[in-house]
Amino acid sequence: MILIHVLILIPILTAFLIPIIGRQFPKLHLGWAALAVPIVLFSFFVSKIPAISSNETIAGSMAWIEALDLHFAVYLDGLSLIFTLLITGVGSLVVLYSIFYLSKERESLSHFYAYLLLFMGAMLGVVLSDNLMVLYLFWELTSISSFLLIAFWFRRKKSRYGAQKSFLITVGGGISMLVGFIMLKVMTGTNSVQEIIAMRDSIQEHELFVPALVLILLGAFTKSAQFPFHIWLPDAMEAPTPVSAYLHSATMVKAGLFLVARFTPVFGGEETWFWLVSGVGIFTMFWGSFSAVRQKDLKALLAYSTISQLGLIMSLFGLGSAALQGGASTESVVYTKAIYAALFHLVNHSTFKGALFMVVGIVDHEVGTRDIRKLGGLISLMPITFTLAVISSFSMAGLPPFNGFLSKEMFFTAVLNANEMTVFSMETWGLLFPIIAWVGSIFTFTYSMIIVYRTFLGPYRREKLEKDPHEAPIGMLISPIVLCAMVILLFFFPNRLSEYLLSPAMYSILPAYQNVEGIIPKISAWHGFNLELFMTAGVVVLGAFLMKTFRFWNIVYDLFPEHRSLDRGYQWILSKSERGSKKATDRYMTGFLPNYLYYIYGFLLLMLGGTLWLTGSIVIDTSNDAPVSLYEGIMVFIMATAAAGILFSKSRMTATLLNGVLGYSIAIFFVLFRAPDLALTQLVVETVTTVLFLLCFYHLPEWSKEDRSLKVRLPKIAVSIGMGVLTVLIALSVQGNKLFDSISSYFENSYELAGGRNIVNSILGDFRAFDTMLEVVVLFIAGVGVYTLIKLKADQGGDEIERK
Amino acid sequence: MRENDVILQTVSKVAVFIILTFGVYLFLAGHHNPGGGFIGGLTLSSAFVLLYLAFDVETVNAGIPMDYKMVAATGVLISVFSGMGALLFGSAFLSQTFAYFDLPIFGKTELATVVLFESGIALGVVGVVVTIMISISEDV
Repeated sequence: MILIHVLILIPILTAFLIPIIGRQFPKLHLGWAALAVPIVLFSFFVSKIPAISSNETIAGSMAWIEALDLHFAVYLDGLSLIFTLLITGVGSLVVLYSIFYLSKERESLSHFYAYLLLFMGAMLGVVLSDNLMVLYLFWELTSISSFLLIAFWFRRKKSRYGAQKSFLITVGGGISMLVGFIMLKVMTGTNSVQEIIAMRDSIQEHELFVPALVLILLGAFTKSAQFPFHIWLPDAMEAPTPVSAYLHSATMVKAGLFLVARFTPVFGGEETWFWLVSGVGIFTMFWGSFSAVRQKDLKALLAYSTISQLGLIMSLFGLGSAALQGGASTESVVYTKAIYAALFHLVNHSTFKGALFMVVGIVDHEVGTRDIRKLGGLISLMPITFTLAVISSFSMAGLPPFNGFLSKEMFFTAVLNANEMTVFSMETWGLLFPIIAWVGSIFTFTYSMIIVYRTFLGPYRREKLEKDPHEAPIGMLISPIVLCAMVILLFFFPNRLSEYLLSPAMYSILPAYQNVEGIIPKISAWHGFNLELFMTAGVVVLGAFLMKTFRFWNIVYDLFPEHRSLDRGYQWILSKSERGSKKATDRYMTGFLPNYLYYIYGFLLLMLGGTLWLTGSIVIDTSNDAPVSLYEGIMVFIMATAAAGILFSKSRMTATLLNGVLGYSIAIFFVLFRAPDLALTQLVVETVTTVLFLLCFYHLPEWSKEDRSLKVRLPKIAVSIGMGVLTVLIALSVQGNKLFDSISSYFENSYELAGGRNIVNSILGDFRAFDTMLEVVVLFIAGVGVYTLIKLKADQGGDEIERK
Repeated sequence: MRENDVILQTVSKVAVFIILTFGVYLFLAGHHNPGGGFIGGLTLSSAFVLLYLAFDVETVNAGIPMDYKMVAATGVLISVFSGMGALLFGSAFLSQTFAYFDLPIFGKTELATVVLFESGIALGVVGVVVTIMISISEDV
């Protein structure tokens, strides 16, 4: 256990404390309590920058379930450091912003901050885990906390819809990723990501290599909202704006990018990987920016722009993976620039998009609408917000002097390099990359301008707004100001960032290039008049033109009408599967108890009896049995008589007593076979159940003989006899089949191993304590279940939902 | 229903203490002899059940004002968290240990962490059994 373990757990534990703090200090805005966590974590990770930038890594492992190779293993290298800084840094700013965004009186803040911290811990877990299964666990935890946060205003129908949609899509992808992880484990025999990377060469020919690759990419694509899974992100915008800024632009949606980057050393250089990542990425980049232009809601516009930017980064990771084809060499160094650009843009995107979301949040908060048809002319009323919007959206459009310009230029360089690739049949298709990238960038420029012009310039129409707009309080402005300052600072000092953060991350994505010259390019704002610069100039001219003439060409969007969209497809699948499963379930869930008993016992009979029959396991071997003593004979006789008596008893009381005879006789058998622990337990259990039965006695209906026809009774008789025979056969066959050596000799050492002479209890409390613990948990759940069923049941004439 | 339970009540008053003592004994004896957390807990809860049978629920609740759901929850939490203690010492979840100590009156005594775990089990069993009994009996 090292400090990083604690750091991952701190937010999760604090999440549990938040409601308690809220009750103790009712006057406190809970945001202040939550704010401490990301700030502390951020300062810790900042303090690790010097060590990581000199290419050290920090690793630690904590045993969890050794037998399953499940370790809580953490690994901090350059790549995860970038993400941890984003998570905690943007996290601090978002929490600070939310303090002024969410009203203490109207919102349930303890829920909000508990979910938010839960997410923060989960996200840190994703980027710091070295164990595949632990990574998966945290991965799904981010989906769950995202679900809870999107549905934060759960009284709105759209919030619930968006939450469900994002949950179904991301968890669906998560499950496919889990299958991919299991395949990786099968291939390599280890769950550790670093060990898998080291084994890269030995698994590439494995038949599961490509399926694992595709499945893991599915997980990454769903999480990072890549086409065609991007449809969940716009609906996720129903979440409060701080959540959108944090989860759905800066961190969670980047988890897919993280996954791709993390597995590039494993899968990079494979043709399927190259084409899937770069192809899906570049198309998403285009499609997102194309769809963003048509949006009327500012947040929806930002959602599509996020999709587009994620696609851009994704495609860069894909293009860069070509560098791993055929090993590290000085010729392929040029391709690694794409990965470098991806990392750089990933940081830049978090700064400008986080700021933009906060700006839109401010507009929504102070004006009461996000509809660009109603907005306009806010420049004089909200000058600071306007400045922030200009900085962040110009950065997104790729204009100097903002950081987006630098990474956009590098993006163009990377796609132009891709055009000259000679691998993966890029000679034929390579030209598509620069073209799509360029067209996508034009739309990016257009929607970036729309944000600024439609919101802040143009005519001001007070009658369309709900509130009197005014500048936001200073508390809400601090966070976007910090982010915008970063946007400008990164433009002037990009090589600082490169030295401390990007280059160690490069080495963790491309370990093979550790000693290759020229892998860390020097970023400079001015390259001379080259093709990239002309492309940017073209983007500006055409983008501005498209914006001016939007009225004339927006009929293009009619080619993609609402009713034929992917969204409708999703709804169609959802409603079809709901109806189908209801039909199927209604067919066998009849609400008639005997039917359910048929299913249970019929299944047991088929499965167990079938297995016994097919494997020929029915071997009755009495040679090792002890002779039957007189007492045992008598007890068997008593039990048989009592059991037969139940069938013919006239009243329920008699049947109960006879059943008790059976139970106590079993206790006597335990005594005869010298098992005092079992005998004691059986005695007390029998007593308690009898009392319980007496309590229930009052509620039971009259005991009546079944007078149905033989046709109804025959299947019942058959199933009963079948079950009895099967149980006896299994019990007898157990003695006849000795497949394994007895393990009891191990437990006989209980005094040395566990300090107890009572073997039974040593097994229960020590050797197999996990079983016992879970049993008591199950018992507790059953107890709570009985309590709630009885105490909280609907009164007559009350809630009728269950009785329909 | 309750006309003539003087005998039951008188016997219960004595028997309950015997059963409770026996339950505690079983709990403590479990390490080397028959007994243990589960069976000890069951015996303890049968004492409570006897009380509820002999007297009515209100009387017993007035005498022993305990929320058995809380008892059950406490028990479950103890047994889960006692397992986590091992993690602090670098061992696997739920590993138990024991050692011998020289105590003033008892002399050389074995103390084992499993007692903590088992006490959680016992409390869990007592809580659940009595909760179920009371809820069903009150549901008339």
